[in-house]
Amino acid sequence: MNNSQKILISLIISSFWGLISNIVLGVFFILLIGSTIQFNYFSYIISSSIITLLIVFYDRKSLQIYISLFILTFILILIFTGLSPYGLNINENSFLQILFLLIQSFIILIGNIICLSGINKMSFNRLFLEILFLRVLKGFGFTFFLTIVLFPFYVMILMSLKTHQLLILNPLDLSIDITRGLNMFRSYIELFTDWGFGYYLLNSLIVSLSSIFIALIFAIPGAYAVARFNFPGKLLMINSILLIYLIPMITLLIPLYSFFTFINLRDSLFGLIIVYPAVTIPVAIYMLQGYFQTIPQELEEAGLVDGLSRTGVILKITLPLSLPAIASVSLFIFMVAWNEYLFAYMFLDTPAIFTLPRGLEQLDGTEVPRQHLMAGSVIATVPVIAVFLWAERYLTGGLTAGGIKG
Amino acid sequence: MGSSSYKKRMGPIEKQGVVQAYTMLVPTVAIVMAIVLFPLIANFWISFKDVTVSDLRIAEIKVTEKFQKKPKTKGDISKVEYRFNNFSKSSNIKNVNFKDILPKGLVIKELPNNCSISDNIINCQLGDFKPKEKKKIKFETIAENDYFISQENPKDTSPIVKGKSENRLLNLELKLKNFEEIFTSPNFWKTIRISFAYSLFSAIGSLTLGILAAQLLMTTFIGRGIIRGIFLFPYIAPIIAVTITWKILTDPFFGTINGILTQLQILNEPISFLQVRDMTINFLGFEFSFPVALSFVILFESWRYFPLAMIFILARLQSVPKELFEAAEIDGATPLQKFRSITWPLILGVLFVLFLLRFIWTFNKFDDIFLLTGGAAGTKTLTVDVYETGFNIGNLGTGAANAVLVFLILVFAAIFIIRFSPKE
Repeated sequence: MNNSQKILISLIISSFWGLISNIVLGVFFILLIGSTIQFNYFSYIISSSIITLLIVFYDRKSLQIYISLFILTFILILIFTGLSPYGLNINENSFLQILFLLIQSFIILIGNIICLSGINKMSFNRLFLEILFLRVLKGFGFTFFLTIVLFPFYVMILMSLKTHQLLILNPLDLSIDITRGLNMFRSYIELFTDWGFGYYLLNSLIVSLSSIFIALIFAIPGAYAVARFNFPGKLLMINSILLIYLIPMITLLIPLYSFFTFINLRDSLFGLIIVYPAVTIPVAIYMLQGYFQTIPQELEEAGLVDGLSRTGVILKITLPLSLPAIASVSLFIFMVAWNEYLFAYMFLDTPAIFTLPRGLEQLDGTEVPRQHLMAGSVIATVPVIAVFLWAERYLTGGLTAGGIKG
Repeated sequence: MGSSSYKKRMGPIEKQGVVQAYTMLVPTVAIVMAIVLFPLIANFWISFKDVTVSDLRIAEIKVTEKFQKKPKTKGDISKVEYRFNNFSKSSNIKNVNFKDILPKGLVIKELPNNCSISDNIINCQLGDFKPKEKKKIKFETIAENDYFISQENPKDTSPIVKGKSENRLLNLELKLKNFEEIFTSPNFWKTIRISFAYSLFSAIGSLTLGILAAQLLMTTFIGRGIIRGIFLFPYIAPIIAVTITWKILTDPFFGTINGILTQLQILNEPISFLQVRDMTINFLGFEFSFPVALSFVILFESWRYFPLAMIFILARLQSVPKELFEAAEIDGATPLQKFRSITWPLILGVLFVLFLLRFIWTFNKFDDIFLLTGGAAGTKTLTVDVYETGFNIGNLGTGAANAVLVFLILVFAAIFIIRFSPKE
């Protein structure tokens, strides 16, 4: 590869990193200080290019070199932007400006180093171009996905810590003002004291845990029968389990609504505690029977020979061995029951028995300030994400097997 | 393998197994039948009926009782009056029977002709009540000595009215009116078109993002598990929480997204993404209208469900031995060649299943659009229509007919997609 090819490629890649780091960090900067900034794309691109050319043509790998390159990037950006990297006077928000500039220099440097590593040893061909192209694409991909995934949650949390005046005054200002101390959590406290979110949380817990319990009580014997016995109609049963799972909830809505009105189950948590297990049982059976089949039958036969009944075998041998499967089924049911909106909305009328999604919907309908809405959303979201992250490492199967619905 | 083939060979132990299997299955099957299959069939039934939400309350006769001129001495004459009212606007109530206990010592002067009395219990046949019909029973009583001992008021005992009210959901009157209403509605084809566009593009969108995200996570790096967990957030968060957040983010006045886009000078003025139906776009001299709200809802769906596609694709790719990719690398395959000739054929099957399921599930989806736009601004899908006709307008029958339509379209779509699936 000759020098002009190297220069061309370095310039393309460095422009990309200069541009993307400026946009992403600039947007975050706006959200932190809440006021307009200027985007000096060109200055960043030039600084990034100079650094990149240095990396390519002065190809030495050592920590000292990297540190000096880092400092150099920082200084270059400062010079090219005329000492105001975000179009602001360096005196205002100087701590944030410098922090962001350091992060940005780091991203530019690392991005370029990773993307261009090995450029001097490669020949200029399709393989090389594709590898470089994919490196840049991956860098962009991570930035893109992390932004679209985290951005709404970031806004959710920061807005919930604001006051109404602050949000009206400057909707873009999503900084954290630590000096407000516990006052930051005022909307949370008000939701619990004035808006009954304590009850909603409790109701959601009751509904979710009961749904798990009931669904397991019904699904475990069913799954065991499917896994262990041969009986007429077994194949039909396994096939219909999957078909049932494809039945749209909305077609069940009107009949269940009418039926539950007749038998006075509407407007009670009982109604939900029947519906949620019923719609999750087919998947639970499917997941559990798959796992039961992996347990050696000899273990159970040994138990039978030793005088245990069939129930005893299930309770003392099969269940303890299938705890991972039971845990992932429980996680799946928990997520369905905790997040379910349609039936909670149609079935519950009395505020005292609202679940969190229903209560939050009610809150959305009133003229409530948006920091309360965001705080409510955080309250509804945190438990399910926490449970999921805690459990996730043990059981990815829970999502793949049951996750389609929703 | 029909069921009959092993029936013949079954010994007593297997037979016992069959009994055990059925005992274990009965409760499970029963609850699923009651809450899933029975309503599905009931939905077909309701779709042929002319019922409204108010018909769900079973019609009853309300009674009010009056006791005038309370007796002071023996022989005083008082008036007793009962008023009966059928409040239902649509239901007849047949063979209405009425009973009440009169206080001791009150003797009826002249018994109304459809009534009888025994042991102080008055019993009247009131006949049939038409919807909204009112009836009265009046009589006079004479007080005797016994009355002043107990001093009971006729109002102390509450009267009992019994009648056979017809349940409009259960009678045999079946009509095609609901379906006529749907098919003749001027918006029918538009709703169908929107539903299909919404499901198709959302499925494609979430799958595309899912493939890309899975590719990112196929490389090993520090913190991969954490990033994988983070990528799942949109999918596991409650739908209500994320819709509220996106609504606030896209708000034209105080929304963060509009703020940022105007700051970056991508937009000249804020757009209300969820409330604008169409926007005319001038592109290379051509003007065409762009469905803003629908596109936004599709983007939302892609955002929310890409993690699901990602997990499935990752699971498929990770089940393949690494040597396959390494061998290709040694042979000098470029990354894109590797993707095209190894990864793509591997995930094609999963992609197909995912597409089918995502299409079906998005078509069924009600919450997302309902919470984001409420079906306004050109985003009314069939499922939102089920809710609107069934509960907003209150016509359960038409709502159920819409739900039948959703179900049938899905069955056909599934058959169609499966027929034209790649053979694997």
